[in-house]
Amino acid sequence: MKSVIATATAVLVLWMGTSCSRQPGENRQQDKSGKHLVTVKGSDTMVHLASSWAEAFMDACSGNEVAVTGGGSGTGIAALLNGTTEICAASRKMKQKEKDQAAQRGIQPVEFVVARDGIAVVVNPDNPVKTLTLEQLRKIYTGAYSNWNQLSGPDEPIIVLSRESNSGTYVFFQEHVLQKQDFRQDARLMPATSTIIQSVSSDKWSIGYVGLGYALKAAGKVKLLGVKSDDQAPAVMPSQETVATGRYSIARPLYLYTPGEPKESVKDFIDFCLGPEGQKIVSQNGYVPLRQSAVQ
Amino acid sequence: MAKHAWKEKAIRLLLRVSASTSILIVILIFVFLGKEATPFVVEPGIDELCSTRWMPVSFQKESFGIVPLVTGSLLVTGLATLISVPFGVCAAVYIAEVAAPWEREILKPVIELLAGIPSVVIGFFGLLVLAPLVKLLFGLPSGLTALTGALLLALMAVPTVISISEDAIRSVPESYKSASLALGASKLQTVWKVTVPAALSGIIAAVMLGMGRVIGETMAVMMVTGNAAIITASPLESVRTMTATIAAEMGEVPFGSDHYRALFCVGITLLLATFTINMVAQGVLKKHRIG
Repeated sequence: MKSVIATATAVLVLWMGTSCSRQPGENRQQDKSGKHLVTVKGSDTMVHLASSWAEAFMDACSGNEVAVTGGGSGTGIAALLNGTTEICAASRKMKQKEKDQAAQRGIQPVEFVVARDGIAVVVNPDNPVKTLTLEQLRKIYTGAYSNWNQLSGPDEPIIVLSRESNSGTYVFFQEHVLQKQDFRQDARLMPATSTIIQSVSSDKWSIGYVGLGYALKAAGKVKLLGVKSDDQAPAVMPSQETVATGRYSIARPLYLYTPGEPKESVKDFIDFCLGPEGQKIVSQNGYVPLRQSAVQ
Repeated sequence: MAKHAWKEKAIRLLLRVSASTSILIVILIFVFLGKEATPFVVEPGIDELCSTRWMPVSFQKESFGIVPLVTGSLLVTGLATLISVPFGVCAAVYIAEVAAPWEREILKPVIELLAGIPSVVIGFFGLLVLAPLVKLLFGLPSGLTALTGALLLALMAVPTVISISEDAIRSVPESYKSASLALGASKLQTVWKVTVPAALSGIIAAVMLGMGRVIGETMAVMMVTGNAAIITASPLESVRTMTATIAAEMGEVPFGSDHYRALFCVGITLLLATFTINMVAQGVLKKHRIG
């Protein structure tokens, strides 16, 4: 009887081991009582993505538990330096100052680019304007431009649509396009991406911004604008490819940081995120996966 | 016998507890809203609340002026009342005085059904149907305006206005009408000169209760008013209401921050507004019942 149980346990452990890892022979968390808890802390933008990863990862390897908390990229990096989290999720690169602090504490953070995030600027299909520079976008959204004729369009008022201030996209757009200036007061704040698409498709002179994944799906109803980084630069259309290669301006990589080379379950988790399943989840969450093969 | 009395007592206690629960809840809501909001009055101060700029997420300077939110709510509520009152009262008069019994059998349940439609559904209807219509009618660049929100809210207030006004009109004593008709007044004259004035306090209460529903409504307005925090008196501009602000921003706001506390201040303002409206309505209704 005992031997039956022992065999069953061994089979179970072996099965768990193989499902998580590419090296089944390797000796890893076989102690069932000592479940390892991996903590991920950081960027609010990435909370949904990280949670989806964590759920799928825990389904795939029941021996591990992953806890995800937000708080912002800065909070996550501070937690990494204080040793209170094993993985930090960040929607920006570590600053030099933070790297210096890490060096002082004898930590050598390792950086993983795990996904990319792009924002498309959309207008009504009937709008003759095809491209805008970052400078022009900034002036539209801060209130310097109010008429399309200031942008070589017809003499019509610009209806400016934005996301609500609770959205990560709002802050990203404010930081990268508006260069941290305030949005104009009369910008219409929409509660959801879908309502921006709906309004842009029905209001001829409106302009809005939405996450790339969503914009590509709505491509028939709205027109995606090409964006020039400056006057001289060529216009780049937003696409999974231009975001992945970094040619499109309103885009950023999303990072995971670990203190030193990841080991054991932390390594398993990061491998999972970078693997085909993890990258499929990236795409499902509306972000751009690192490899085109994962694009749905 | 003693057992019987004891049972009686227990049931009475039980009923008293359930009756006072709602009072307790209202008091608790006031206490907890106050608890979260008061630190804001101390730290950034009441002056900040009275400023005219609402820009809670900013790299430059965060502003928490609730004036544009209050004017936004007032504009939408006022317009909705203006639209729903004539419509609701006329419908009530028709159902109570003019309609044949079989018409009433159909009209009443259908109107009550309108009250049961979830506000998100009404919001979607507004976004897809009403907003383009308003845009077309007024030749606007965008249909996301205060007027669109007011029209939707009127739609939601009308069932309340109709059913309470109708009750009031029907409770006007038959003798009033008979006297008027006996003096040679036509049926129409009787309705407008005798019945409606006699039911006026009930109708006013109905309007106030409808307003209470309108000012607290969130989802539908959030979807169609555009939510731009500007101070305007024009129904054709975008406005941001207090309810939409709380609903949109509460989810992601850092716990205990100035922004968080400012939202509680908005909540208290809103609660005071609905509380006042309801008190006035109750007062008017009471007078009506005595008269």
